[in-house]
Amino acid sequence: MQSYIPILFFAAIAALFPIAILVVMALLRAKAPNPTKLSPYECGIASATDAHDHRFSVRYYLIAVLFVVFDVETVFLFPWAVMYDKLLLFGLIEMAVFLYILVLGYVYVWKRGALSWA
Amino acid sequence: MSDATFALVATGAKILFVWVIALATILPNLVWAERRVAGMIQDRPGPNRVGPFGFFQIIADGTKFFMKESVTPLYVDKLLYNLAPWITLMPGLVTFAVIPFGATLPVTIGGVTREVPLVIADVNIGILYIFAFTGLGIYGIVLAGWSANNKYSLMGGLRASAQIISYELAMGFAAAGVFLAAGTLRLSGVVEWQQQHVWNVVPQFVGFLVFLIAAFAETNRLPFDLAEAEEELAGGFHAEYSSFKFGMFFMGEYANLIAASALLATLYFGGWSLPGVAFTGVWGALASVAVFFAKTIGFIFLFLWVRWTFPRFRYDQLMDLGWKFLLPLSFFHLIAVAAFVAAK
Amino acid sequence: MSESTPGTAAQFPPLEGPPLLGLHEMELNFGPQHPSTHGVLRLVLKVDGERIVSARPDIGYLHRGTEKLFETETFPMVVPHTDRMDYVASATNNHAYVLVVEKLLGVEVPKRAQYIRVLLDEMQRISSHVLWLATAALDLGAITPFFYTFREREVILDLFEEYCGARLTLNCMRIGGLPVDLTPGWLEKVRAFTEPFEKNVDEYEELLTENRIWKQRTIGIGVLDEKRCIEWGMTGPVLRAAGKAWDIRRAIPYEVYPELEFDIPVGKNADTYDRYLVRVAELRQSRRIVLQCLDWLEKNPGTEIRGKVPRVIKPPAGEAYAAVEAPKGELGFHLVASGGNKPYRLHVRPPSFINLQALPEMAQGHLVGDLVAVIGTIDIVLGEVDR
Repeated sequence: MQSYIPILFFAAIAALFPIAILVVMALLRAKAPNPTKLSPYECGIASATDAHDHRFSVRYYLIAVLFVVFDVETVFLFPWAVMYDKLLLFGLIEMAVFLYILVLGYVYVWKRGALSWA
Repeated sequence: MSDATFALVATGAKILFVWVIALATILPNLVWAERRVAGMIQDRPGPNRVGPFGFFQIIADGTKFFMKESVTPLYVDKLLYNLAPWITLMPGLVTFAVIPFGATLPVTIGGVTREVPLVIADVNIGILYIFAFTGLGIYGIVLAGWSANNKYSLMGGLRASAQIISYELAMGFAAAGVFLAAGTLRLSGVVEWQQQHVWNVVPQFVGFLVFLIAAFAETNRLPFDLAEAEEELAGGFHAEYSSFKFGMFFMGEYANLIAASALLATLYFGGWSLPGVAFTGVWGALASVAVFFAKTIGFIFLFLWVRWTFPRFRYDQLMDLGWKFLLPLSFFHLIAVAAFVAAK
Repeated sequence: MSESTPGTAAQFPPLEGPPLLGLHEMELNFGPQHPSTHGVLRLVLKVDGERIVSARPDIGYLHRGTEKLFETETFPMVVPHTDRMDYVASATNNHAYVLVVEKLLGVEVPKRAQYIRVLLDEMQRISSHVLWLATAALDLGAITPFFYTFREREVILDLFEEYCGARLTLNCMRIGGLPVDLTPGWLEKVRAFTEPFEKNVDEYEELLTENRIWKQRTIGIGVLDEKRCIEWGMTGPVLRAAGKAWDIRRAIPYEVYPELEFDIPVGKNADTYDRYLVRVAELRQSRRIVLQCLDWLEKNPGTEIRGKVPRVIKPPAGEAYAAVEAPKGELGFHLVASGGNKPYRLHVRPPSFINLQALPEMAQGHLVGDLVAVIGTIDIVLGEVDR
């Protein structure tokens, strides 16, 4: 665990640095809001509706779900890749079976059209 | 000086070094360099008025970022709106902590010589750490798009989320090949392996290409800058940000760019090593740092070059490239690498 | 989020159909203040995710009542007003207007003036097409062609400035001829620019023509076939890219065009990529015409730039229509004269406006990213659309 302590320091600096600038600059900056300036941008036309009151394509959600599935598989791959020199042929066959199942799922998803946007 | 004190001082010095060199020097100058490179590619001078070769342009630009009025539109979700730029910038910066930037530096104090590895934290899960933080960076963009209550921002945020997670898969599969060859997730181990054998770019060229393309998509740069897409979404997820809050997105993009370049140099081009050269002693260590930065800057230049050369992809083409081309390619690449290693 | 944002509520009727799960398709205002609507075009989009369900243009943000304004000016005073319509191609605007007045007056324009007019027209076509190329590429994210094309455009504008003192709103034609004769040495400068221009065009093509992303973004986008083009009244490169070799310079010749050699480039797929190819080919053809004009003018020196025009221009009562091939298509003026010194009615047939009508059809079903390509491919100038 000791090797993580420098990261903690480093991350602390990275986290505090932007906040420090924000705070200091907030004291120096001009501030002159007016209703037009504060209205949301929609090409100069006042927005008729809330941005969140609309449908957006279910495909974004689908992509997110597929990502979770495949990303978990990637996580399984990393330890396998690291220990591979000890497993060798056994590891190769084992992973070939694993990837075969993964590819089956991939092909299914592709055939069902989940990957196409057209 | 006791070992513990020494370790503390050495770590402090390394953190200071990375901040001063990578973040306080390269990051601002990258903005200047981008504009000069753009000028070079586009047959025009670029910024050349402020200081020699326009070198102090960045001070003018930075002052502008700091001093402009910070407009927070009405109807935004204040908490998320303010949090988003910070979430984008932070992961880009902390990535540097695990990337080895030089060979071991021998330091002699009071007759005792101690070896200092030139990496802030040589953790044994190096790459997972990086993936974890880049994954966190997505939240910044998605939340920025969502919280601004602007349709263009929302579309930009949605695009970004789908794009970045899609390319992260191909990136992960491609990187797995490197760790399979090196037998470790530790980045310093990967560099050592390349020093003893061969740069990964030679046996794993396909993996390198997949990783490179995915890195372009992950850093949100042209031809993959669909989340901002100036000409389509007029800024996309950061349309409603101004002043330093926009500056944080801006810096985050460049921090990610430097991190991606450093990672490419480390994983595929031998990091700080050069084939047939042993970096020993103080001067050797310093030379290795120079080599590492030279490689990183080379990749940074490639990023700039591509940006000013290509048109932008369309959204469906981007998803097709990620899911239907790069992902299967990286599958097969990994299996090929595994078979090759087993055969040896 | 249930509180709704304020602002003027929809000026358009509500969305059709019952909302699904209480949610509507997103209605998005694209323009007037948007980087890629080429001015102040406003499109009301209905989008489903990235897909465009419908696009409705809303124009008029730049309306200045130009046609009404014409009626308050004497005939020579109308010329500068025509500059302000298609402000990136004012020479052809001037030309179309003076043609229609000359037609009604029955004035003979000296040959030399005709050649200079054609020379100016074709240089204007080059500058307009390179500007189109710059902005169309920029819309698709290719930033660099912009700077390459502006390099050449700058030279053309300098040449215009040297000839008539203006760079954009040229006001460079008069009823019956030209306002001024050529400056000494001007023709050599035009030649010095035009001769190597072929190489510049090669350079633009190198950046885009075989670029895979450029092809992916343009092939099959915004298709409008020949039949639909004619039904919509499309002219110019959009029509020619659909395979119809219709060019006013050949179809209804004016000035000295019958004496000049040039081809009419046509496409066949009627998509954005073919329109790009047609315009690039037209750059090369315009260069050819400019060179021929230069040859003639160098061989036939003279000072005659204006025909016999009365001091006060009062065309006889009647009607006339004259058109030129402007960079964007057929630009026509329909003049109704009542015998006075001002036009009774002067109607414009602006190519941008008529070509823009097909936008909803061309954009339908495409993605948001394609919309900017479609707007770009029509090549509109809002000054001309709104007048």
